[in-house]
Amino acid sequence: MSARTGLRGGLRLESHKSLPLLQAVQPVPAPSAAVLALDQGSGEEARAVVTPGTRVRIGTRVASGHGAAADLHSPVSGEVRAVELRPTASGPGTCIVVANDGRDEREPNLAPLDWSALDGAALLERLAGGGLAGFGGAAFPTAGKLALARAAGVELLLLNGAECEPWICCDDALMRERASGVVLGTRVMLAACSAARATIALEDDKPEARAALEAALAEAGDARLGIVVLPAVFPLGAEGLLIAAVTGREVPSGALPPEVGVVCQNVGTAAAVARYVSEGLPALTRIVTVTGSGVRRPANLEARIGTPIAELVAACGGYGDTPPAARLIAGGSLTGRALASDAVPVTKGLNCVLVATAGDLPARAPQVPCIRCGDCAAACPVGLLPQQLHRAARVDDPAGLARFGLADCIECGCCDYVCPSAIPLTAGFRAARERQHLHEAERRRAAEAKTRYERHRRRQGEQAEAERRAFEAARRRALGDGAGSA
Amino acid sequence: MNAATLWPVVGVAASLAVVLGAALGWLATRLRADPDSLVERLDALLPQTQCGLCRYPGCRPYAVAIARGEADTDRCPPGGEATARALAMLLGREPRTVDPRYGETRPPQVAMIDEARCIGCALCLPACPVDAIVGAPRFVHTVIESQCTGCELCLPPCPVDCIALLPSPGTASPPRAATASA
Amino acid sequence: MEFPTSASPQVIAGYTVPRVMFQVLLALAPVLAVQVYLYGPGSLWLVAVACVTALASEALALALRRRSSHAALRDGSVLVTAVLLALAVPPLLPWWLLAFGTAFAVLIGKHAYGGLGQNPFNPAMVGYAVLLVSFPLEMTRWPVPGPEWDALTGATALDALHTGLRQGYTMQEVRAGAEFGRLGAAGSEWVNLAALAGGAYLLARRIIRWQIPVAMLAGLAVPAALAHGLDPGGHAGAMFHLASGAAMLGAFFIATDPVSAATSDRGRLLYGAGIGLVTWIIRSWGSYPDGVAFAVLLMNLAVPLLDRVTVPRIHGHP
Repeated sequence: MSARTGLRGGLRLESHKSLPLLQAVQPVPAPSAAVLALDQGSGEEARAVVTPGTRVRIGTRVASGHGAAADLHSPVSGEVRAVELRPTASGPGTCIVVANDGRDEREPNLAPLDWSALDGAALLERLAGGGLAGFGGAAFPTAGKLALARAAGVELLLLNGAECEPWICCDDALMRERASGVVLGTRVMLAACSAARATIALEDDKPEARAALEAALAEAGDARLGIVVLPAVFPLGAEGLLIAAVTGREVPSGALPPEVGVVCQNVGTAAAVARYVSEGLPALTRIVTVTGSGVRRPANLEARIGTPIAELVAACGGYGDTPPAARLIAGGSLTGRALASDAVPVTKGLNCVLVATAGDLPARAPQVPCIRCGDCAAACPVGLLPQQLHRAARVDDPAGLARFGLADCIECGCCDYVCPSAIPLTAGFRAARERQHLHEAERRRAAEAKTRYERHRRRQGEQAEAERRAFEAARRRALGDGAGSA
Repeated sequence: MNAATLWPVVGVAASLAVVLGAALGWLATRLRADPDSLVERLDALLPQTQCGLCRYPGCRPYAVAIARGEADTDRCPPGGEATARALAMLLGREPRTVDPRYGETRPPQVAMIDEARCIGCALCLPACPVDAIVGAPRFVHTVIESQCTGCELCLPPCPVDCIALLPSPGTASPPRAATASA
Repeated sequence: MEFPTSASPQVIAGYTVPRVMFQVLLALAPVLAVQVYLYGPGSLWLVAVACVTALASEALALALRRRSSHAALRDGSVLVTAVLLALAVPPLLPWWLLAFGTAFAVLIGKHAYGGLGQNPFNPAMVGYAVLLVSFPLEMTRWPVPGPEWDALTGATALDALHTGLRQGYTMQEVRAGAEFGRLGAAGSEWVNLAALAGGAYLLARRIIRWQIPVAMLAGLAVPAALAHGLDPGGHAGAMFHLASGAAMLGAFFIATDPVSAATSDRGRLLYGAGIGLVTWIIRSWGSYPDGVAFAVLLMNLAVPLLDRVTVPRIHGHP
């Protein structure tokens, strides 16, 4: 356990981040067709407000947000070609396809925002229209998150610049080149959620980013903002663990960070907020790391949302052929998702495209039975016993899964990484979660059916009772008449 | 061992047997499972389809019958093998596969009324054990999909055979794990 | 362009079970070397017999269970069992007795419970216990240690301690006997030193973690030191216990068998301490001179209970 961070377990990994950072962030040409996924990474889809044939401009709202989905805006001008299922990072999803007419026309009413003149609640309302969502991957609407934080009275806004996972360096590049944007965004969010102070957290393998941020902070001169440097351990960047490392407080299981007085935002989100208030542009672009030995010139690219990954790879010189590209991963090597096709578009939550060769991601050894070595428990940052969870998941034992904390697993993959038996522990936990979810849904349906059935029986009983009484009354009347008339 | 030591030994062994046997017997009566709670627990494992395939008028009567020992755990096709196994595990018995005489286990299904053919006779309304059919005489009826358990009890009363059974739509995915860096 | 998909994490460290087992075998080499130096080449022959028997038994068990033997035979886990057993028994043991013990360990101690990863008891100790109880004479016949390899057998230091104290001699009188070396048992202290070296190697390479060895040695040393302090004539001191019998071999190689040990770190501390304590108790008051094997088996019984009460605190829970 690290004394400085209080983190148990975790891994120190080779970072693989140097190549893309050799050059500055490069812009990518706009795609010929922008594929805008209604689910930008949060799991919930926004509702399309355009139909094929609608003309849109840069900044036109094409889908309206609700729940865990933020508003979605077009990053190109042109005509909506289709609203249909397309491959996305999370499987087939409904996408709005906009054909780019190449004219880059903007919505006329995009204007900077005088954010310091607004009070917190009004600022939140204005931010809601910017399509701002968590750029760290979860893509949760920023305005909604800040509103929750404000209602809970949080006192710390924590900016997550940790970027602990290997291969990903988009946040590092962002902090190096646009530190002032990050600082501005932080100050805006601070005002929106009315927290008392803000801390930018980053890992100690980013000295240039730290220097740039310190300079930007000095220039802004806002005493409420500060920096904290943490050791480069995976997965310190996971929200709950970062909060514990910086504040010493643990978010209770099942609860959200505002409960311990903290709200967390990614530095990329802060930069997007800054762009929105200073130029009026909603969230339309993001920095994506394109890396791996399977791409010719790894780089950090600024790409418009909706650009197919194939075009990002092309902007980096295309796929290499010795050694050939073997897998395409959205994200880093531990928590990233393997993609079947490079037609998948960039979303607000996509931080990295790893074009991996067989050497980058060696194949797993064949799985053998668990030898109970306990290395998985030693590596688990949340303090679980993956070995016991694995045994409970194999036989679908809900009591065991609850007891050993399946609900608290953050699916970081540390246990898989160290397992000498090459057991796919994380995949097993994910599957067990799905099965539990289905079971619970079934149980709820059964309970509802039972309630309705009991009501049905009661009503039938009452009806039968009413009929019987009516019959008796009629019979008495008939007999009474008869007796009377007899 | 001689006769002098034999009788005390026999005496001690016999007394131990009597005392321990009495204690076990008393404990067995004190710690017997509450029969009502057993019925509740059995009922909680059943799928609440209320279809009557088990030859009992609903899930709870079947649970009562199992608790009384009148029926075995292999009569519930909608619950499938998982339910049969869970029932057996609760009672500490060997799990049995679902007896095909009581029906075949099918994937979750819901009923759908073909509104073009429905004549509004209202005969299916009382047949539904969970009141999932909405309608009135001479008005088109419809099944509330989220409340239908797929028990098929509405099929026989319909005179124009306008009710079909379709596979149940799936449930939504669970929320994602929180590894994303905010 | 299309790509194959896979579940995350997309990369793992690549530690494998055969690699772990091989490191353990490597760490046992000094022990084997010292035993051969002290007692003659009997140990080498026994190791060979045990390995062959173990592999044959594993192949037989897998065939009976209708499992593929290709991967399982190559993972080396059964070789570790064989070598440990061969090093634990006296070097003069008839080879067919060791073959029986090894076969029992693999067939009953491991495969009857379900094979790799499923055995609740340490298979090597199961084999040892069966041999010790069934053939007490052959299993306690140790040769006199020394660079000369004659087939003379004599009492071990633990034997001498055991009988000597019961006959009323004090510790000091017993200690002066020829069976005793400088630290502990003559000859055996060198074996223990070699096991300590091997164990340190395994710790450095992170093949084993420190909880079990440290706890076991503490569990053995602390009661011994206390008893010796209170009654120097009636009990041997901590250093003696640590340097005799199978103390070091047990601490670093036998008790650390992951399959039969406790799961969490706290559980392992209790497990190791329990083994040490029970070993000391058996050595002091039991009928057998060395208690490591039975101590390990007894604590294996306690592992499910230890696992239940030592679940670590989960992040976000009170």
